Amino acid sequence: MSNTDFVLAIEDLTVSFDGFKAIDNLNLYLDRGELRVVIGPNGAGKTTLLDLICGKTRASAGSIKFKNEEMTRLPEHIRVRAGIGRKFQTPSIYENLSVFKNLEVSFPRGRGVFGALGFRCDDEVRAKVDEVAGMIGLADRLDMEAGLLSHGQKQWLEIGMLLMQDPELLMLDEPIAGMSAKERELTAELLLRICRNRSVIVIEHDMEFVSRIAHKVTVMHQGKILAEGPMEKVQADPKVIDVYLGH
Amino acid sequence: MNAIKNWLMRGGYGSFVILALILVVVFPLAMDIFRLNLVGKYLTYGFVAIGLVMLWGYGGVLSLGQGVFFGLGGYAMAMFLKLEASDPESTKIQSTPGIPDFMDWNQLTALPLWWEPFKSLPFALFAVVAVPVLLAFVVSFAMFKRRVGGVYFAIITQAVALILTVLIIGQQGYTGGVNGMTDLKTLLGWDIRTDGAKYVLYFVNAGLLLGAILLCRWIQLSKLGTLLLAMRDKEDRVRFSGYDVSMFKVFAFCLAAGLSAIGGAMFTLQVGFMSPSFVGIVPSIEMVIFAAIGGRMSLVGAVYGTLLVNFGKTYFSESFPDLWLFLMAALFIGVVMAFPNGLAGLYESHVKPWLARRRSAGAPATLPVPPAPAGHAAPVKAEPALSARVSGQTA
Amino acid sequence: MSFDEIYNITLMQGFAGLSLFAVLLLMGLGLAIIFGQMGVINMAHGEFMTIGAYTIFLFSSLTESLAPGLVQAYFPFAIVCAFLVAFGIGWLTEWALIRHLYKRPLDTLLATWGLSLGMQQVFRSTFGPKEVSPTLPDWLMGSWSPAEGLDIPINGMFVLALTVVVTGSVLIALYRSRWGLRVRATVSNRAMANATGINTRRTDRLTFAIGCGIAGVAGAAFTTIGSTGPTSGSLYIVDAFLVVTFGGAASLWGTVVSAFGIAQTQSISEFFLSGSMAKVLTLLLIVTILMMRPQGLFAAKVRR
Repeated sequence: MSNTDFVLAIEDLTVSFDGFKAIDNLNLYLDRGELRVVIGPNGAGKTTLLDLICGKTRASAGSIKFKNEEMTRLPEHIRVRAGIGRKFQTPSIYENLSVFKNLEVSFPRGRGVFGALGFRCDDEVRAKVDEVAGMIGLADRLDMEAGLLSHGQKQWLEIGMLLMQDPELLMLDEPIAGMSAKERELTAELLLRICRNRSVIVIEHDMEFVSRIAHKVTVMHQGKILAEGPMEKVQADPKVIDVYLGH
Repeated sequence: MNAIKNWLMRGGYGSFVILALILVVVFPLAMDIFRLNLVGKYLTYGFVAIGLVMLWGYGGVLSLGQGVFFGLGGYAMAMFLKLEASDPESTKIQSTPGIPDFMDWNQLTALPLWWEPFKSLPFALFAVVAVPVLLAFVVSFAMFKRRVGGVYFAIITQAVALILTVLIIGQQGYTGGVNGMTDLKTLLGWDIRTDGAKYVLYFVNAGLLLGAILLCRWIQLSKLGTLLLAMRDKEDRVRFSGYDVSMFKVFAFCLAAGLSAIGGAMFTLQVGFMSPSFVGIVPSIEMVIFAAIGGRMSLVGAVYGTLLVNFGKTYFSESFPDLWLFLMAALFIGVVMAFPNGLAGLYESHVKPWLARRRSAGAPATLPVPPAPAGHAAPVKAEPALSARVSGQTA
Repeated sequence: MSFDEIYNITLMQGFAGLSLFAVLLLMGLGLAIIFGQMGVINMAHGEFMTIGAYTIFLFSSLTESLAPGLVQAYFPFAIVCAFLVAFGIGWLTEWALIRHLYKRPLDTLLATWGLSLGMQQVFRSTFGPKEVSPTLPDWLMGSWSPAEGLDIPINGMFVLALTVVVTGSVLIALYRSRWGLRVRATVSNRAMANATGINTRRTDRLTFAIGCGIAGVAGAAFTTIGSTGPTSGSLYIVDAFLVVTFGGAASLWGTVVSAFGIAQTQSISEFFLSGSMAKVLTLLLIVTILMMRPQGLFAAKVRR
């Protein structure tokens, strides 16, 4: 089955590590413009799922279609160029470079070896950097060395680096972990703003945060999907309660 | 005047100008042709060292097989010169005149087919760069596409160096064996053994080296340089920003190989022979120490490091041959343990603040003095923000 | 050439390969423990082998001059001492050098290369640049001929037996002893091992020293089939590294298999080609396979 409406269609996806199935026959469909939150207990396979979508881990079986194109066997950078952006759990930024450089390097031009040699930081790039820096609240920190930013600002910077590429699918792995209440608030606003013209998958544990941002929630357990739907429905599902509260 | 000064300060070209003056003016005036030729020989290793700055310092990839590329470049040049020196007239006492002497000694009766193209200088010059770069491409493409790096890559390059040495020594009928290719005389009829020729070759070599530094500096300041640094620290982030990380490493390796090969060819021209003793594991790893002593992040520093170690080697192995290996051992251990950023790092962390203190304390009103060439220390050329934190390298 | 002769030559050539296999395996085992378990590249590993070889030589000279009656018996003690001397120097090396460089594998490589240069010069100043050979006991000489035209050298068999004993002990130690448990715990999660009360620094030092000690035994084995010079060890270092990487760094069984494969390939191709071309062919084969399959023959399967 292949439905052209979905931005992301995952079918029968399986990955096994030495016999252990971290993702087991999983199906997942994501609409354009949807903000989906994936929750589940530790070891449910959430991060592995993102790894599979962005190509960090290779699938053992099944298919991942992005905008109706088969991604399963493509290398990471091709998937990124197709429009899949991935933020890692711990902030992954270039600590020794300035905030400006961090964003500039992420601009999707001059990605080949010789393209990078000929790359010039022109007005178009500067305009984009300014725009994104404004969105992530770092407009006044552009010259600062990125390593000196606070933890929350680093997380935003990494989101900003993804926004530089205007991905159609953005995947965020626990974006608010380690943030203060104020920072969480700002992050929630940021997420709601950036998902207007793209699809977003977020992994999160904080239920309050989840209920604020999620269009739809997917609950994973032992590499499978346990439940899927609006927050209230999922929260009332006895299977979900069972998994979260123990037997 | 101010425009020039700005240009010098912005790209950190001040140290480059000082180096250029030392190589092009000071050395030729201060030394006789014998010593100058020796310096010229050392400077050919400088090509390898600046290649390693790009590959190891910037790219985080250590190769222990740079001698392979130095040697291939040198041999390609030597093959042309050897053929020119082996015309039927001057080899008429051989049983087969017109082929290189070592072939004759090894009972070869005709020039091997793959030697034929080296009768042409343009082809030989092309091969000097193309053959090593091609080999570098094949090796590194296979490795980096499969995400092999760090010590594994170092070991493989070392194995390649061993293979090539054993091959050259074993196939002496085709390569001149352990003695290498000797008795090289003329380049298109121009006798390269005369003092005049040595002067010319020295300046050509110094010019090429300075050009290579500018090229590398330009690459460092481009987005590619930024990406190399970024990859060293956060490889996954670069990959998931849509870059094919492996190709950037392949590029750095090919660049280092090409530079080494030019150095090798200039070595052959200036010294007049090429032998497997510049190809193997030991010379390859010694070339790494040149870059390490100078500072693995500093192009200019790498040249000073090369000169310093080689002056030391010549001096000590003439006067105290037993001590030299101990000194070399101390250099390897010391540079790693005590000052991982080499002389350039020492300059950056000690000399520069001291100069700044003196300047502000002494004469605050006067114009800033350009940094003096403090002995063999070289200013770090990378942006301070980058070079200050360069100790870590990816495995 | 009759069929019997070909059969015998194949057997003897195969056996020559087994001697090489023994030295490569002993070298590789020490390296594999240090590299595979700790991620440290020890370029001076060959020199630890040379230390073992010189220890045997020293023992042999001392026995000859002080107690000539014991010449038949000194060898086993000398092997133990070769292990202990290399072990002790390895211990010191770890303390003085290696422990400062654990997070910088490429730098360790350079520093230990420097160490190997220094050690070679020490050998040269102490024992002279010429190669030396210990006086081997008579029972190691000669050969055993189970059939007409078939000569199997006794020293080769001795080396092989020694290798089997050492390899067996290492495997048992690693998988059955407390030390082995600590090493394996440290390898899989250093921070956690520390938290459960394992002294990981001490474990590292012991592991490094044991690896060096095994190199010392390799040196002892080496004296029975070749003479020892200051650079004897460095001739084997690249091969030993290839043995370890080819086998898969984390797998000791891989080291055994790859040492066998490499030694036999070289030995058998030496019969058809010149020595240097056999070496080139073997190395080329390994490097090509490693390019195709960089994780080596036996890769550890880890969920990443």
